[in-house]
Parts: sequence; structure tokens; C-alpha cells
Amino acid sequence: MKYLDEYRDERIARALVAEIERRATRPWVLMEICGGQTHTLMRFGIDELLPKGIEMVHGPGCPVCVTPLEIIDKAIDIASRPGVTLVSYGDMLRVPGSKTDLFHVKAKGGDVRVVYAPTEALKFARANPERQVVFFAVGFETTAPANAMAVWQAKREGLRNFSMLASHVLVPPAIRALLGSRRNRVQGFIGPGHVCTVMGYREYADLVREFHVPIVVGGFEPVDLLEAILMLVRQLEEGRAEVENQYVRSVTYQGNLHAQKILAEVFEVCDRKWRGIGGIPESGLSIREEYADFDADRIFGTEGVTADEPAECVSAEVLQGLKKPTDCAAFGTRCTPGNPLGAPMVSSEGACAAYYQYRRHLVGAKGGF
Amino acid sequence: MCLAIPGKILSSEITNGVRVGRVQFGGITREACLDFVPEATVGDYVIVHVGFAISVVDRQEAERSYELLQSMGVLDGELKSDLEPS
Ligand code: SF4
Repeated sequence: MKYLDEYRDERIARALVAEIERRATRPWVLMEICGGQTHTLMRFGIDELLPKGIEMVHGPGCPVCVTPLEIIDKAIDIASRPGVTLVSYGDMLRVPGSKTDLFHVKAKGGDVRVVYAPTEALKFARANPERQVVFFAVGFETTAPANAMAVWQAKREGLRNFSMLASHVLVPPAIRALLGSRRNRVQGFIGPGHVCTVMGYREYADLVREFHVPIVVGGFEPVDLLEAILMLVRQLEEGRAEVENQYVRSVTYQGNLHAQKILAEVFEVCDRKWRGIGGIPESGLSIREEYADFDADRIFGTEGVTADEPAECVSAEVLQGLKKPTDCAAFGTRCTPGNPLGAPMVSSEGACAAYYQYRRHLVGAKGGF
Repeated sequence: MCLAIPGKILSSEITNGVRVGRVQFGGITREACLDFVPEATVGDYVIVHVGFAISVVDRQEAERSYELLQSMGVLDGELKSDLEPS
């Protein structure tokens, strides 16, 4: 079985590239927000297929990469305590904290476990009432409803041994922060298809009006991305700034209302620090007061923990589209997926890891601008 | 962890007040919550993210994007779990 019809896809891809070339009369800087899209761009070398003037920069859309250092430190602290089972998504184990990472906590005998879904952590808590089960929950709007549901269920069932260390972030405030920065170079955005599957794209329409910048909600396949780029180039060349939806197969204007409902029930909008970027107002979700009994940060008293990021890692600039991973002196030498200095080197959706996987030959090369 | 993977709903039942189903991703089957897609029924294809179906898609779309994810070699990491056997 081979459903991916490469010939057809390649033909469409070439036609799209040709059309982009025909339309683009001057250089444009475009950003894809989502780490999944970054991965596809690198995997298929789409940025290299594009005409010279179209530059893709990679946004902060990998939740693993933007989880602040102090929250990793909190997770490490909690996981090191007796009687605690800390459960999280696989990538989180290797994200470096100030001194160590969760993987090392596990190697030293800490009970740290990987799951693919928050509901598994709930199941484990039900079956092991003698353990304090803490779910370390990160994610954007795509993931937050699933995490919210776990807390909601725990409360409904009256589970006393389940809590959540939550670090959720929201995409539109991050775009607003990037556009508001004086150093911003981005002229058009590919919107995150799965975030918009959940949230719809009403908020993106607000951004477009506010900043007069085109946003095209895009999917994750090579052809999706090329089509989204073409739609952006058309808008830019015609002087338009609208929100358009390329990923109609999954995204509607209003999004998934069922998911939004549970999200609003359990979480509320809060100011949030992004690793490498700093504080962004109203860019996160925290657990509502009504669910405080399930908030690990309060239960374990880790609210005051702070940490400073290592100076060598330039992920701040990478995540804002100001630098390419290959501009970092540590890229591919002191920082590799096996020994990451910064979070973007950890997850396969992180820009540094995607570059490392597909552009290793560029180690030492100074790209960009 | 932020991938969303299309799969086919094999079964659906109410457990602990929540609608869950077995969803098949190629050779792997996982439990997924179906509460966000009340319109989906057995045999439908859904996009699943961290164990929650977030939208219903058609079969061709599902199969094509599954192949893509597989070709990028990112599925194993995404579906990895210490708590649930494959
Ligand atoms: S290559 Fe490593 S050190 Fe450099 S920006 Fe990326 S994560 Fe940070």
C-alpha cells in the first residue's frame, strides 16, 4: 500500500513552485508557526526549492522548545520526591533544566514515565492510589483541551492522587509579540493547522486587521505548505492582508467547539514566560481556582522557582525568526540532539533538531542574512 | 509531541462518562477520546492528537497524511508510551 503518490505530488509541487516564482516580483520573508510544518519544510527541502527571494523563517511553534527553564526545574524537583510518579510526553524528558534533565532523574531511580496521552496518566493514578501522579502538561491550543479533560475527569471522579504541572501557551499572542517587536522581519505567516482545527481562525482575523499582515492557515504536507506560501505571496504582491484557510480539510472558522468548551472550563488565560523569548502578556493558560486541588505547582509549593537560561544558546533569536540554527556557534558541535544545550535541539519539531536531522552538511556554515 | 495523526475508529464505548474508542494507526492501535467529535462513528477517520480526536477527515486524506508521517519517521516517538503496550 502506497497512498502517497509521489509523482503526482511532485508534479503539483513543481507547478506550485513555478507559480510562486511567477508571482513574486520582490523578496518576502515568511514564517511558519508550527514545529510540525518546520519539520516538513526541512524534510522535503521546500525552503531550498523556493525562488531565492522567498525566505522561510521558523517560528516558536514547538511547545517543548518554549517551555520555560524554571518549569523544567519544577518538574525535576517534583519528580525527585518520594512517592511521586511524574508522567509526560516523551520529548520533555530530554529538555535540559538548569542542572539536569528528567531523563537523568529517571536513570537515578526517579519514577518518570512517558505517555502519548494524558488519559493514560489518569488511568495510572486510578490503578495506583498510593502514588502521587503528576502529569507534566505542555502544549499549544491543540493539546490543551486534552490536558484539560484529564483534570476535569480527575475532579469529577474525586481522584486525590492526580495533579497537573501545566505550561500551556497560545499562538495568537506570540504572533502579536513578534509583530510588535521592532526587530520583526516577518511579512506573512503560515498559520498552525492543528491549533486552528481546535480554535478556528477568528483570532487570526483580528491580527490581520491590527497589523495588516497576511496569514494563511496551512496544513502539514509539502503541497499544503507550498500552496500556503503561494497564497501568501499573492496577497503580498497584491497589497492585500487577509486571513485565508488553505487547510480546509480540517479547519473551520469556528474550530472545534467541544474542545474549546472543556478548555475554558478548566483553564484561564494568564501571562506566560516563553523560553528564549521572555514574558508575553496573556499568552498562556493556567488552571482555574476551581481546580486548584489538581494544580501541582500549588500542591508541591514550587510556585517561586526561577532560573536563568544558558548564554550560549541563541534559541531566543531562532524562535523569533531572527537567526537560523546554523548561525549558532554551538550548532552541531556542542549542541546536538544527543546532547542538547537548548530546547529547540530536543524535539523533532524544534527548528535546531530539524536542521540537524536534514542539514547536517551545513554545520559551521553561516547561512541567513 | 505536537503531531496529529489520522487513524480509523474501530470501536466506540462510554467509559467513566467519556466516549472512547480504539483507533487504528497503521499497525498500531491506541485508545482515543471521541468526546470532541460526537459526529464520528465506527469506520470514520479522525485526526488524533495526544489521544484525543480533534476532527473528522475523509479516508483518502487520512491515508495520505499517515503515509507522510510514516515516511518522515516520526510516528514511533509520537505513539510511544511506557504505560500502554503497543
Ligand atoms: S543549536 Fe543548540 S545551542 Fe544553538 S540555538 Fe539551537 S538549541 Fe540553542
